[in-house]
Amino acid sequence: MLKEGEVRIPSGCAISGIFSRSGKLTNGEKIITSIATMHDRSNGLGGGFAGYGIYPQYADFYAFHIFYDDNEIRKEAENFLYQNFFIVNMSMIPIRKTKKISDEPLILRYFVKPLDARLHETNLDEKEFVARMVIKVNTTIKGAYIFSSGKNMGIFKAVGYPEDVGEYYRLEEYDAYCWTAHGRYPTNTPGWWGGAHPFGMLDYSVVHNGEISSYDANRRYIEMFGYKCTLMTDTEVIAYVVDFLCRRQGLSMQEMAGVIAAPFWSTIEKKSPEERALAEYLRNTFSSLLITGPFSIMVGFENGLMALNDRLKLRSMVVGEKDDMTYIASEECAIRAIEPNLDRIWSPRGGEPVVVTLDKKEVK
Amino acid sequence: MLKIDCTDKHFSEIGKLIRETKETQIVIDNAQGHRYIASGVGGKEITINGTPGNAMGAYLDGCKIVVNGSAQDAIGDTMNDGLIVIHGNSGDATGYSMRGGKIFIKGDAGYRAGIHMKAYKDKFPVLVIGGKAGSFLGEYQAGGIILVLGINTDSKTNVGFFTGNGMHGGKIILRSDELPDLPEQIVARKANAEDMQEIEQYVKEYCGYFGNEPKDILSKEFFVLTANSANPYKQLYTSV
Amino acid sequence: MSINYIYPPYEVVRDFNKCINCKICVKQCANEVHTFDEKRGIMLADDTKCVNCHRCVATCPTRALKIVKSDNTYKENANWSADSMKEIYRQAESGGVLLSSMGNPQPLPVYWDKILINASQVTNPSIDPLREPMETTVFLGSKPDKIVRDETGKIVDNLQPQLKLSTPIMFSAMSYGSISYNAHASLAKAAEKLGIFYNTGEGGLHEDFYQYGKNTIVQVASGRFGVYKDYLEAGACIEIKIGQGAKPGIGGHLPGAKIVGDISKTRMIPVGSDAISPAPHHDIYSIEDLRQLVYSLKEATDYKKPIAVKVAAVHNVAAVASGIARSGADIIVIDGFRGGTGAAPTRIRDNVGIPIELALASVDKRLRDEGIRGNVSLVVGGSIRNSADVVKAIALGADACYIATAALMAMGCHLCRSCHLGKCNWGIATQIPELVKRLDPETGCNRLVNLVTAWTHEIKEMMGGMGINSIEALKGNRLMLRGVGLNEKELDILGIKHAGE
Repeated sequence: MLKEGEVRIPSGCAISGIFSRSGKLTNGEKIITSIATMHDRSNGLGGGFAGYGIYPQYADFYAFHIFYDDNEIRKEAENFLYQNFFIVNMSMIPIRKTKKISDEPLILRYFVKPLDARLHETNLDEKEFVARMVIKVNTTIKGAYIFSSGKNMGIFKAVGYPEDVGEYYRLEEYDAYCWTAHGRYPTNTPGWWGGAHPFGMLDYSVVHNGEISSYDANRRYIEMFGYKCTLMTDTEVIAYVVDFLCRRQGLSMQEMAGVIAAPFWSTIEKKSPEERALAEYLRNTFSSLLITGPFSIMVGFENGLMALNDRLKLRSMVVGEKDDMTYIASEECAIRAIEPNLDRIWSPRGGEPVVVTLDKKEVK
Repeated sequence: MLKIDCTDKHFSEIGKLIRETKETQIVIDNAQGHRYIASGVGGKEITINGTPGNAMGAYLDGCKIVVNGSAQDAIGDTMNDGLIVIHGNSGDATGYSMRGGKIFIKGDAGYRAGIHMKAYKDKFPVLVIGGKAGSFLGEYQAGGIILVLGINTDSKTNVGFFTGNGMHGGKIILRSDELPDLPEQIVARKANAEDMQEIEQYVKEYCGYFGNEPKDILSKEFFVLTANSANPYKQLYTSV
Repeated sequence: MSINYIYPPYEVVRDFNKCINCKICVKQCANEVHTFDEKRGIMLADDTKCVNCHRCVATCPTRALKIVKSDNTYKENANWSADSMKEIYRQAESGGVLLSSMGNPQPLPVYWDKILINASQVTNPSIDPLREPMETTVFLGSKPDKIVRDETGKIVDNLQPQLKLSTPIMFSAMSYGSISYNAHASLAKAAEKLGIFYNTGEGGLHEDFYQYGKNTIVQVASGRFGVYKDYLEAGACIEIKIGQGAKPGIGGHLPGAKIVGDISKTRMIPVGSDAISPAPHHDIYSIEDLRQLVYSLKEATDYKKPIAVKVAAVHNVAAVASGIARSGADIIVIDGFRGGTGAAPTRIRDNVGIPIELALASVDKRLRDEGIRGNVSLVVGGSIRNSADVVKAIALGADACYIATAALMAMGCHLCRSCHLGKCNWGIATQIPELVKRLDPETGCNRLVNLVTAWTHEIKEMMGGMGINSIEALKGNRLMLRGVGLNEKELDILGIKHAGE
């Protein structure tokens, strides 16, 4: 049977997210509770989390979370890392053994900075350099997979139900101002850990529900810019599209949404001349990055969280607010389970992004 | 009058200045291979000092251009109307497909000058080359007149090889000691009185631009080349 | 003398029980096949003159006529087909180059027919195109590499000029001269009604059609016929024609006898003067010269119009396309070896060039490999026969398709492939006034609008089935395609998997 990455695997899913606009840190227990409420939306073949603000002691370093098939591969990959990065700290990621999670790879964590000499040599800015190195490891060192590469954030994922994955990674020991979670329902699986969500690139992490019909159009376009879609999953391509549009093209999250979930032409025509010009420009300029088919996604980024439905709103998604907290989930029950007394709850319209950011760029 | 200094300017900036100015007199200094000068322009008089780049005066529509220097390739490409005077040489494919207007070159022209020239109604293209022309002069010519004066050249024919290949209209006039080899589809004759009237008109205009004495030029023999209507190019076809 | 006789390939069969001797067939046939024998009081037909255009069949009021394939046969020979034998006889008799019209009719592979389209089941919903929004609008033109903002942070509109199409179908180049005034009028009107574009071909633009300029692509070919400032300004886009699929690498020749009246005026050459299109543009002998022509046109039109470059699909088309994309062109047009023509040497038509499906797949891949696919739009033609071909072309990577043969058929063409004889009974490929008026521009326009509207409906149906509600999400979406009966190499070039994979 072909492994993930060798064949395209459509999947359905559940997503959930918690964000504190005041930067209040909470540990991973609530997000586990939330995603566990939607147990039936997953089938035990993938679960994962992303937490932002979890590594304050190494906030200036890129935190690489890496899966290795074995120690030989680890040596090869570490050699590569040594040649390109200064590694300030490396360790096994702490786990809690459980019968529900098996076949685990080696899971290591490194806090790194690119070597100045390499930056100079390649003439790339720091983020671009890191992105390229991550893609290089993931595409050229078979059996090694960097699944998290941002600063002061981390992705934790595995094959299993999300609540079991949360327990396995001891998420109660991490404090974050933003959590996202994902429970996966792939339609066929070789059970590969890398295929679980969230999918990350630098600070961006993406969780996603639905199967997009534009996959190969998006993939073949984005691969022109140095990305290599090795997993053949929607989430991977969406993560790269977000990275390309937001980091490399400098679009805001709102503008990015105007590309990937662009309004219909008939809607654009009804806008004011200025809005219309911008909407037309974005849709036309990046026409190959329009994402069609059902999706709800959450994108975690430095100091913020964005949630978006496809423009037809073919997937469910609700947003709730209580004081400084914003909750986003596939189903309302997943929010009520952790915050029964909401100030406000609503379903965003298709194609209209919900963006929340920290009030101040400091966390408590 | 608008003065444009080409130094450190991209061709698109020069094009924009020419298109947007209300001035009809323009002087362009320090041209150094800047392409497409006056492409599609009409109603202006442009003096260019330096070496303008390729496709100068393409689709020219009634503009007058004087080049103090040599011009490069594809000058007056598909020109419809206007006047180009070059105080130097010009490159390959000068006057390609020109339909109207006049081009006067003081010196030599490159390969394929006047290729596919054609005339239409009141449009009548004229290409006058003071020196000698390269091979394939007047290839596919369908109309208009190409005049090669051969002033101060070391050539006996003043043209290269394959003159008038595929020519099916118009005239090529050569001021030369002898005729070049010509394809069977071309007939040549010595210029008669009527031809000389036409020639004189263009020779005088040439002398007006470049200061030669018409008498000196007109005293020599001219050959007139036209398409041989009795022996046209034809491919015999049969239907399937 | 009789040694030259070749038995006609088709026979006109008349049902004398139905024939009422109305002689409509006599009037309708410009080839003079039908005559009335006064003495015997019956209609006769000379099969040798019949081109099998079906005009008489279609116009016979009593349905008394049909045309059948002759059963006259040579001794059967798998190597020497009857057609190859006849060609030998014709050439031995005339010494002439075999001439024919329309696209390559040989039984070479049609890859469209070996590609199948996907549909959604369960994992993602299909969409009902009648009731839900379904978008087919396409913009053609170069897209910027980089977002640029002004000092206030507003995004600067740095888009090059674009063509907006309501549906990814355009009418391909056919010159006035090769087809009639009324055919051009039909195409122009239909393009305007549909919100798409038609193409003047290389014969210039008739003054009556300047009014359709915003739906017109004006062509600049090696002969530069009718090319001047107003013409360049008239259209929405300028297409540089390097080659065409039916006859890659060779020029064209419209004999002086056909340069009459308005055709002389439109081409801007005197009546009776041969219109020769040289094989190459003589200002383009190398790729950097193409850049020169592209930019001289841009300068002449103030950068307000996208410039397209049309080439025939030939062996190294991917490299050619890469060169075009880097020449400043905004649109690349690739014409496959099945593309039609008013006249082409048969040997060229049938043996030169490659299938558009393979050319498209390799060009799209090459441009993506080089990271420059966004710099240009890709338009393909050369036998797009139906809406499924359009869907497959777009999924392989095209932005839009050109149709011409299909458009001619919509106007009445019956593919008799005799355009070069100039006596088109359907009023399309002819300049004979009595024949031209048989094609009513209103009717022609309506039928073209019907065809493109029907195809657009079908495209939407297929997109809906795939769960795609906008055409841009189909572009280059090769996962939506599977091959059947193709070998590894073919699948590799097409960049698709085999059905079942």
